Amino acid sequence: MRGGGLRAYALLYLLFLYAPILLLPIFAFNSGTIIAFPLQGLTSQWFEQMWGNATLRRALGNSLTIALSSAVLATCLAIFAARASTRYRFPGKGGALGLIMLPLILPEIIVGISLLVVLLAAGVQLSILTVIIGHTLICMPYAVAIMTTAFSSLDKSLEEAAYDLGETKWSAFRLVILPLVMPGIISAMLMSFTISLDEFIIAFFLAGNEPTLPTYIFSQLRFPKSIPMIMALGTVLVMMSILLLAVAEYFRRRGAARTGQSSSGGLL
Amino acid sequence: MNARNPMPVVREGGPARDEHGRPTPIETRRVMIECRNVHKYYGDYHALRGIDLKIREAEFFSLLGPSGCGKTTLLRTIAGFEDIGSGVVLIDGKDMANVPANVRPTNMVFQSYAIFPHLTVAENVAFGLRRDPRSKAEKAAAVEEALAMVGLRGYGARAAHALSGGQRQRVALARALILKPKVLLLDEPLSALDRKMREQMQVELIKLQRQVGITFVLVTHDQEEALVMSDRIAVMFEGEIAQLSFAEELYTRPASRRVADFIGVMNFLPARILGDTETGVRVDVPGFGEFEVPAANVSRADAGDSGPSVGFRPEAVTLLTRDAPAPNRETAGAIEEIVYYGDMTYYDVRLDGSARFDGKGHPIRVSMRNVFGRDLPDLGTRTRVSWSPGSLILFR
Repeated sequence: MRGGGLRAYALLYLLFLYAPILLLPIFAFNSGTIIAFPLQGLTSQWFEQMWGNATLRRALGNSLTIALSSAVLATCLAIFAARASTRYRFPGKGGALGLIMLPLILPEIIVGISLLVVLLAAGVQLSILTVIIGHTLICMPYAVAIMTTAFSSLDKSLEEAAYDLGETKWSAFRLVILPLVMPGIISAMLMSFTISLDEFIIAFFLAGNEPTLPTYIFSQLRFPKSIPMIMALGTVLVMMSILLLAVAEYFRRRGAARTGQSSSGGLL
Repeated sequence: MNARNPMPVVREGGPARDEHGRPTPIETRRVMIECRNVHKYYGDYHALRGIDLKIREAEFFSLLGPSGCGKTTLLRTIAGFEDIGSGVVLIDGKDMANVPANVRPTNMVFQSYAIFPHLTVAENVAFGLRRDPRSKAEKAAAVEEALAMVGLRGYGARAAHALSGGQRQRVALARALILKPKVLLLDEPLSALDRKMREQMQVELIKLQRQVGITFVLVTHDQEEALVMSDRIAVMFEGEIAQLSFAEELYTRPASRRVADFIGVMNFLPARILGDTETGVRVDVPGFGEFEVPAANVSRADAGDSGPSVGFRPEAVTLLTRDAPAPNRETAGAIEEIVYYGDMTYYDVRLDGSARFDGKGHPIRVSMRNVFGRDLPDLGTRTRVSWSPGSLILFR
């Protein structure tokens, strides 16, 4: 068969990527405490244990709060930055954008440590608020990149047309530009949310005594008996990610269909 | 703000009319737009260099010029999208200095049409009525009426992004005209359409303009489009108006060689000036000999020209069939090139003695309507060209 070698390569590649994730639900429902084959029996006790774990619930609550806040913050700031960079020319624009994009290539550990030093020096109490600040910083480049694409694909005349038809600059933006960049806004929020949710290093440095999901999982890895519960947690997170992606893709396609763009590209 | 005038879109309006119901001549009508010494700079770039013009009520006015000549800048200045460096813009007698675009009595049709892709056709057309105090039903009726006016009756519920180029253009027109502006500004509205659609829209725009009876200001780089559609045309080069006149005058009496070159096809031949007379200028032109150009046909040469020249349109001279008597003056030559267009043909003719001044031959382009059933002459055929001094323009 032609391309047989390449086909096998592609299959192996996908297997390598996703097989570990497929193992999550398998061991989450396995009654044995040791993560190894052969499987022992079917159980849902790890899920019950997970649900009953107060620290885990607190970590989950913290992580969701942090992820949601940094997603909203980063996306709002990205809207300003992207609009400024696509609509206006001003001195220092290239430099400012470069600095915004810099966290993309800076090692997170450097960002984490320097933020920690600055925050401590400023006398700020470490809390989930400080994690939100750090996560907003590292989510900004992604959000700005997505929003810049969304804004730059817009015809500049659209806004002028709305203004010409009697709207104010703000209502022209609200009635025309905002609906048209909404798919971008949703993408940017989701991207930032995901990045923040599984971010470890900055959360580790800046959270103080508050657990987040990744730092909690990391702390539990030392105790072999809690590993099946982590598997259950992982399963729930994967299911939630898939659901989130599906919802995002649904909105993106609907937006694309409404504005008549071809619905190629995107996440799914 | 935009509830300017709760009247039906279609109105028997337009310019003042004389006792026979004919529109009064444009020069006597009320001034709708006036620019006085308008300058515009982009940094160091001097985009508009002292624009003075008056555009009148119910006039179809065109700003014509090559790209970068400032015509779009001038249009956007009138619309209020650009601040001016100095000078005054008045619309209907009011100084527009501190009047932003969203309250000016102008509406614009953008080059890209700028149809809002997330709205339906009806929502697009109704966009400017948002602050209109009329009831929902009245607005819907106005929208339907505006759509009918541009030939899109019943298209209201369609998604705007699914429309063709010509339909988008119509939606853009309806969306602007529903607000009953005093002036409609059109920025190269036909440049995105194919040739056939463009010619159709040209005629429709003229009809529409007569129907609504307001001033249309069109920006175009297409001289043919400007000639077809406009009452008057301002030709612009490098931020200045080179000539402002009626379409016919622009074609037959271009003010300078550059304007003549920009508008349509024009033959240019070097000329030697022999002297001024009471009625015109005596010139010597290779291939044509010595003759007098009437004073009305004398225009100015441009800075870059090598010297005085004589110009004429391809249809201003005639190829004579073999034995026809010459009605005016005639000169002889040989057909060098034939370009067939179906309804007419361009002949490049090298006149005898055309190389007399500079050793270079200057073939002239002559256009003739084709007569059905008559064969075209062969290349190299000797021919006679009939002309008259009154159809030649001297650029000196």
